[in-house]
Amino acid sequence: MGSAKDEKSASLTFPNAVRSRLGGETISLCYQCGTCASSCPVAKITASFNPRELIKLSLLGEKDEVISGDAIWLCCSCYNCQERCPQKVEIADIMYALRNIAFKEGYIPDIYSEFASALLDDGRIVKVSRFMEKRRPSLGLPPLQPTGVDDLRKILSATGFDKLQKKDETS
Amino acid sequence: MTSYALFLGCTIPARQPNYELSARKALAKLGIKLVDLDNLTCCCPPPVQSVDLETSLAVAAYNICLAEEANLDLVTLCSGCFESLAMANVMLKSDGELKTKINGILGQAGKEFLGSKEVKHYLQVLMEDVGIDHLRKSVSKPLSGLKVAAFYGCHALRPSEHLKLDDPERPSILEKVIETLGAESVEYRNKLKCCGGLLRGYSDDLALELAREKLANTSKAGADCIATLCPFCFVALDIGQIQIRSQFNEAYDMPVLHYSELLALALGIDPEELELKTHKVKTDKVIGKIR
Repeated sequence: MGSAKDEKSASLTFPNAVRSRLGGETISLCYQCGTCASSCPVAKITASFNPRELIKLSLLGEKDEVISGDAIWLCCSCYNCQERCPQKVEIADIMYALRNIAFKEGYIPDIYSEFASALLDDGRIVKVSRFMEKRRPSLGLPPLQPTGVDDLRKILSATGFDKLQKKDETS
Repeated sequence: MTSYALFLGCTIPARQPNYELSARKALAKLGIKLVDLDNLTCCCPPPVQSVDLETSLAVAAYNICLAEEANLDLVTLCSGCFESLAMANVMLKSDGELKTKINGILGQAGKEFLGSKEVKHYLQVLMEDVGIDHLRKSVSKPLSGLKVAAFYGCHALRPSEHLKLDDPERPSILEKVIETLGAESVEYRNKLKCCGGLLRGYSDDLALELAREKLANTSKAGADCIATLCPFCFVALDIGQIQIRSQFNEAYDMPVLHYSELLALALGIDPEELELKTHKVKTDKVIGKIR
């Protein structure tokens, strides 16, 4: 059904979609100098990740390639690129914006889906085992206070975060 | 006595009693009172920011609201917690539109972010509240002769626009507090480079490659141990060494200690009280040098 037309409109709308998301606002300031890639510890050890390239592809509207691919998940969030960008492009934050779009469209790596589920379950992304909790007094540690998981679930529901998770579970 | 609400986070109570014990005991000894608040949740660090940045900001702000209600500033141990909470605090204080939006979400949980409190890294508490002179005077077992490779990790320093702990390219705070304990801070190549911690679980090979470089460089510089600030760096470099040994057949045998552990030892706290057996790489060599 008019897939060529859909593709074209997607290519025009994708840069705008990134720009309008929290974290993605500065993407259009990029002039492709490559300071990010040369500051990136991951780009130094693999050809699969290059922040400059990901920004270029995003600005060209190559949405599918960007959000369905492996590359956006290879950023180690060290923020070296963002510190050094001469154009003040918030590159590490743009990676979050791209991941957020990927997540919304169902491209969800297992490890991130586990973090999201754990958060919904008991308010922590790494679960404290009953064993660790029981050991605390013998180690001289105070009891662990309860998490505000009920409040947290209200927040996650207000932002739609809980539905991101459900979509993954039913797909 | 200065009081702070302690933000413990997830990884420390789940996996690293060595971090929690050393930090609690050392800070108490230095006259800092830590208050454990009810209802704190995950701070929503980069792994959750990757899922949804707006939610992460709202949850971070929720936690700050609890400190505001208790009329206390927050202190963090974990760099992931520091990054997410300090970033949210600074962003919401400086952007009225964003604050209104996030408060709209927080209203569902009956909270409102006011922007009345600070989020501090415990190194800032050491520098600003304890003070370097008092810290020096409190050292009863100087770590003389111990060569320590300071490792900041990423999220104590960057994004510096929001965190403001130190210069992101030429920081000195960690070296300063290491040397105050009587130890020698050794320089090594690519000190500020990431340990790969956040790639663990998604791309273990890349994560180990980055950790391996850190271990090679600190070993080459003759360090007796690496001093970390972040529980993820600790995992990457400590448990990471076991994995590196089996995958690359390289044994570094490099003890990795949180700075708070070195601090507790220098303050004369008995190593037996610090649950040092949490470490996968034995700390005996370090303890031996101190005793």
